[in-house]
This record gives sequence, structure tokens and C-alpha cells, in this order.
Amino acid sequence: MARQTRRALSENKRAERRLAWLLCAPAALVMLAVTGWPIIYSVWLSLQRYDLKFPEQREFIGLDNYASVLTNQYWWSAFGVTMLITVVSVAIELVLGMGLAIIMHRALVGRGLVRTSVLIPYGIVTVVAAFSWRYAWTPGTGYLANLFTPDSAPLTDRTSALAIIILAEIWKTTPFMALLLLAGLALVPDDLLKAAAVDGATAWQRFIRVTVPVMKPAILVALLFRTLDAFRIFDNVFVLTGGANETSSVSMLTYNNLLKGLNLGIGSTMSVLVFLTVAIIAFVFIKLFGTAAPGGSNGGRR
Amino acid sequence: MRLAAALVAITALAAAGCGSGESGGVPTVNLYYAPEQNLEKVVDDCNAQAQGRYRISYQVLPRAADDQRTQMVRRLAAQDDGMDVLGLDVTWTPEFASAGWILEWTGERKAEAEKGTLAAPLESSRYRDKLYAAPKNTNTQLLWYRSDLVERPPQTWDEMITKAQELKQQGKPYQIITMGAQYEGLVVLYNTLVVSAGGHVLNEDGTQAVFDEGAVRALDLLQRFASAGVTNPSLTNSKEDDARLQFQSGDGAFQLNYPFVYPAMQKGAPDLAKNVKWARYPAVTANTPSKVTIGGYNLAISRYSNHPDESFDAALCLRNAEHQKFSAINDGVPPTIESIYADPEIDEAYPMKTEILTELRDAAIRPSTPAYQNVSTVMSATLSPPADIKPQQVADQLRSSIQDALESKGVLP
Repeated sequence: MARQTRRALSENKRAERRLAWLLCAPAALVMLAVTGWPIIYSVWLSLQRYDLKFPEQREFIGLDNYASVLTNQYWWSAFGVTMLITVVSVAIELVLGMGLAIIMHRALVGRGLVRTSVLIPYGIVTVVAAFSWRYAWTPGTGYLANLFTPDSAPLTDRTSALAIIILAEIWKTTPFMALLLLAGLALVPDDLLKAAAVDGATAWQRFIRVTVPVMKPAILVALLFRTLDAFRIFDNVFVLTGGANETSSVSMLTYNNLLKGLNLGIGSTMSVLVFLTVAIIAFVFIKLFGTAAPGGSNGGRR
Repeated sequence: MRLAAALVAITALAAAGCGSGESGGVPTVNLYYAPEQNLEKVVDDCNAQAQGRYRISYQVLPRAADDQRTQMVRRLAAQDDGMDVLGLDVTWTPEFASAGWILEWTGERKAEAEKGTLAAPLESSRYRDKLYAAPKNTNTQLLWYRSDLVERPPQTWDEMITKAQELKQQGKPYQIITMGAQYEGLVVLYNTLVVSAGGHVLNEDGTQAVFDEGAVRALDLLQRFASAGVTNPSLTNSKEDDARLQFQSGDGAFQLNYPFVYPAMQKGAPDLAKNVKWARYPAVTANTPSKVTIGGYNLAISRYSNHPDESFDAALCLRNAEHQKFSAINDGVPPTIESIYADPEIDEAYPMKTEILTELRDAAIRPSTPAYQNVSTVMSATLSPPADIKPQQVADQLRSSIQDALESKGVLP
């Protein structure tokens, strides 16, 4: 009698599962088509010599493109620049974002106003903001250039141009970081903090020993998102310097090789390499740092 | 019921929208060209002459050459049929021809395009001995010098550098001002030096990077010029307009720039302009006149055009002698048809026309290869800043990176 019930349940469950798969199938197929196909096509293109300027010389050359790109100094220079921008901007954004999150959390007067005004930089279109920065730093007409560097053109020197790009990035996305951290901050139970205060912990100790460890999942999620985004930076570099003076990011380099160089083989190779790097970064964060996907169970990860 | 009515309305709107391309049966020839102030008048004139056979519509491209190219290339790669006549910079012909995006000019139209046209612009419209575009206008740099500081213009670069150093010692304005930023202009400068020195960057059919002895000598000269202490401190940041402004401010004794500086100088620095004269670009070797790199625009017909016949005729009309003269006088773009230079009507706008014509008759063109974008980007990146060039090393470096570019193995910075 019991065995029959179990088999009936299993069949029922199987039917349910099949229905579930069938209902998911259209969405999954669309996802595969929209995201999977371009990736596969890129990989396929990267294995060929395919230059639009020499259409008759298209041929399959295996991993030669990867050898060309990975031994090229322009690629590694762009990679280094991108890593620098990523690390510096994400680190500063974390600190500033945390500060902003605490302010937003603790604001008693004008909470709505504070939260809205903090979000304004993130709400402005990146290209528009980048043009703003560009005009501000152009000597002669720019108020920032006249204030800080009246003698030189900061956007034409590699170090100062990178600093300005990083500044523009930080200005743009600190609000996003602050929002994600605010969500995590709101989850820190007040009684824990009160208990720590009663035990004689200072504000700083309470922050470091209680708030930050409890917020760890939120911090890691915020870091993961921001790092992946920062690695693919394009708009700010394109508008501020156009990649001149070796300030290209890897995305900028890929764009140049695809559109200026019309070299689909090399351009696709770079795309695939960027994809792999982003995948490695995500892997490092998830497996090594223990970032949990939003909505996933993170009990016991503390 | 309401849904059906809505669907009918939407379809009707869509149909109306789709049909607005052609105005009552007259084919539209879409001209994609850089901004030129009075080109619209030329277009109107050609439309009047067409008498209803076609109607040219001038679509303005961005100001910067790179942006113009990006717009056209993207659409041509997607086989867009909305472009008919394309305004190509002189260096793009081999690229567009090799990619199969522009049509060859044959028969009568070819003869019409070649008739009376100067040799160098014509050379820039050819690829593998076939004509792929009709030259519309050209440009070339001259030597501008302060006649109150030097009596006669220097004949060679060495002479010019020595003269500048002398002036510097005497405490007078001494700078040799030209364009040295990391961009196409630097490649133009280097190309002038190479061809004037009798050197070669690429071999005859553009399939191999050569960088022979003449090219190395040109590298050496470029490096000596940039480090002789006679250049403007902003040399490595200067493009055409920057150079013009530097010369107008009075610090320079010599300027190497395009003829557009002449009218600008009359307006911007009329007192200085009284003492400025022009001469042929200095040579590299004594007794061998310089060969200056030309610029300019050619008109090509897109392979995906729906009206190729009308487009060819439209292009021929836009670049005929009468219209080239009009554009030369009103827009400051020197013509490619030799007979116009003999016409006294252009004297007021081009008092320097004799020197321009002399240079055009013996001009240099940039390396003719479909991979020119890569070649140029790599060259301007490697040659910048010019004072740091180590000639033999840079020659080897350029030889291998240009070879990579020709084989589609190169990475564009």
C-alpha cells in the first residue's frame, strides 16, 4: 500500500517536473539564443583570420589570433590600465559607498531628499556626465582645469588622464555601491550593536567587529557587481581621452580593432579574452570569497 | 472591433512612413560627405542640371575624418543600400576597394574623371591600376616664413634648422612650427620626409613593409628636428589649428601648414600677416625638390547603391571643373583639375597657387594599402614623441608591426 503511494507520488512529481521544464523552455531558449549564440559566434570568429578589408583571405587559423593578441604590448598595456582603473575605483567606491550608506541609514531629517540626491550621479547618462567632465578639464574653458592645473592639459598626460577617468567612474557609480551596501546595512540587527555597546565597544570597534562581518554577503555582492562592471569600462574612456596616450581599456581596444581596424578575427579574440577574464573574476569572487548569488541561501557562510 | 481598427491604422501609418524615401518617382542619390560650408549650393546646382533625372541629397558626416569613416564603414559592412555617393579621404580608396564596397569606374565615366586631373590625386583614387573614385579636391602643405627675419626661404630642412638656431641665438622669434601630435598629421609629416628622401615604407604592390635606407634617413631627420631646440614646446600636442595659432602669436619664424592659414592670418593677425611669405616645402636632400604628402577627398560610388548610373553622373557633376572652382574659392579646398589653376578668378583666394601647383605636380601619396588605418595608427603611436626616436630601432620595430598589420595579425593600439 505504502509503496504504491510512493510510486504514484513519483509519477506525479515527474509529470510536474516535466511541465516545469516545458514552461521554462521558451525563456531558456531565448536566453540561449540571445546570449549563447553571440558568444559561440565570437569564439568561432576568433579562430579565423577574418579581415573585412581582405575578404578573400578569410581562413581558419586556429589559435594564431590568441598568440598574436597575448604577445602584443598594446593588449597588455590596456589590460594593465583596465586592472588599475578597476582596482582603484572599486576600492575607493567601497569606502565612499559605505560612508554614504551609513549616512543614508542614519539620516533622520529629509531621508527621502538625502537618498534621492545621492542617486543623482547614477541617474545621469554616463556619456553626458563624461562630456561634462571633459569640458571641465579642458584648459581654457574648463573650470576644473583652470582651478587645479592652469598650466597643462590634464587629459593629454597619461597619469593625470587616468586619474580623471577614475574620478569620473567613482563619481558615477558610488551611489550604486551605496545602495547595495544600504540594503546590507539595514539587515544588521540593532540589538547586536546595542549588546556590543553595552560590552564597552567603541563606535569604530562596533563597526569593524559587528557591522562589517554581518554585512559581508552584501559587501561581496556589491564588490562583485562593481568589479565586473569596472573591468568593462568604455564610455568614460571613449569620451574623455578616446584611448590616446595609452589610456585605452580592453573594451576600448576591442572597439578600435573591430571598427577602426575592421579585423573581426583579432577583435573577436579580444572579446573572448575579456569574457574569460570576467568569468575568472566572477569565479574568484564566488568560490574563493564566498559571494552568494542574491536570493541564494547564505546561512552558515558567516 | 477596436483592436482591428487600431491594427489597420498602424499598418497604414507604417506604409506611409516606408514610402517617403522617393519623392514621386525621382530617384534620390544620397551624398555622404564631410561638412563643407557651401557644398549645398553645388548640390542645388547639380540638381538643377539633372532636370529631374535624379535628386542629390547631401547627408553631412561628422567633422573628424575618423568619425566619417566609422559611420560609412559600419553601414557598408552591413550592405546598407541607403548610401550612394561617398566622400572618401584620399587614404581610404584601397581599403574600400579591397573590401568590395565601391564600384570601379570604367569607360566614358573613367575618361571624364581622369581628364585634366592632376596625377597625384588620381593616383590616390586608384587601387591595383583600376580607378575607384573621382578626385574632388586636394590639399598640400607649404612653408610659411617671416620675411622680416629671413631674406630668402630655406631650401632644405637642415638649412631651416640651422637658420632657426641662429635666430634663437640672436634672441629673435625662431620656432619652426608644425603639427606633431600623435595623429594622422604626424604620419603625413613623416611620409613627406620619406618620399622626399627617396625612401619607401612599403614595396611596389603594398604587400610588404620595406623601410629602406631613405626611410631611416627620414627618421633621423625627424628626430634631429624635434630635439634641435627649435620647436614649439607644444609640438607633441599640436594639430593644424594649434600650429596656426602658435605662429600667429609671433613666436615662430617658420610654419609648415596648409593654405587655410593664409585667410585666417589676414583676419586674426593682420600686422603679422604683412611680413609673412610662402615658399615650397623644404627638401630633405639638397638639389632634390621636396615631395609633399597630399590630402583631399575623392568621390566613390557605393556597391550597394540602388541607383548606380545616376550616382556616377551625380558624382561627375559635383566634381566638375566649374564646381571645383566654386568650392576652391568659397570653401578653401584646392581643386584637382589642373586647368583651374590657370584661371585668374582664383587668384584672390589663392595668391600661393603657383607654389601649390608646383608641389601637386610632384607630390607624394601615403602608403597605398587596404590596411592603411592600421599602418597609420601604428606609425603615429611609434613615432610619438619624435624627439625620442632611435632611427634604426624604430625602423625595425615599424617594419615588423606594419608587416603584422598587412597580414591582419596586428593589434591596433
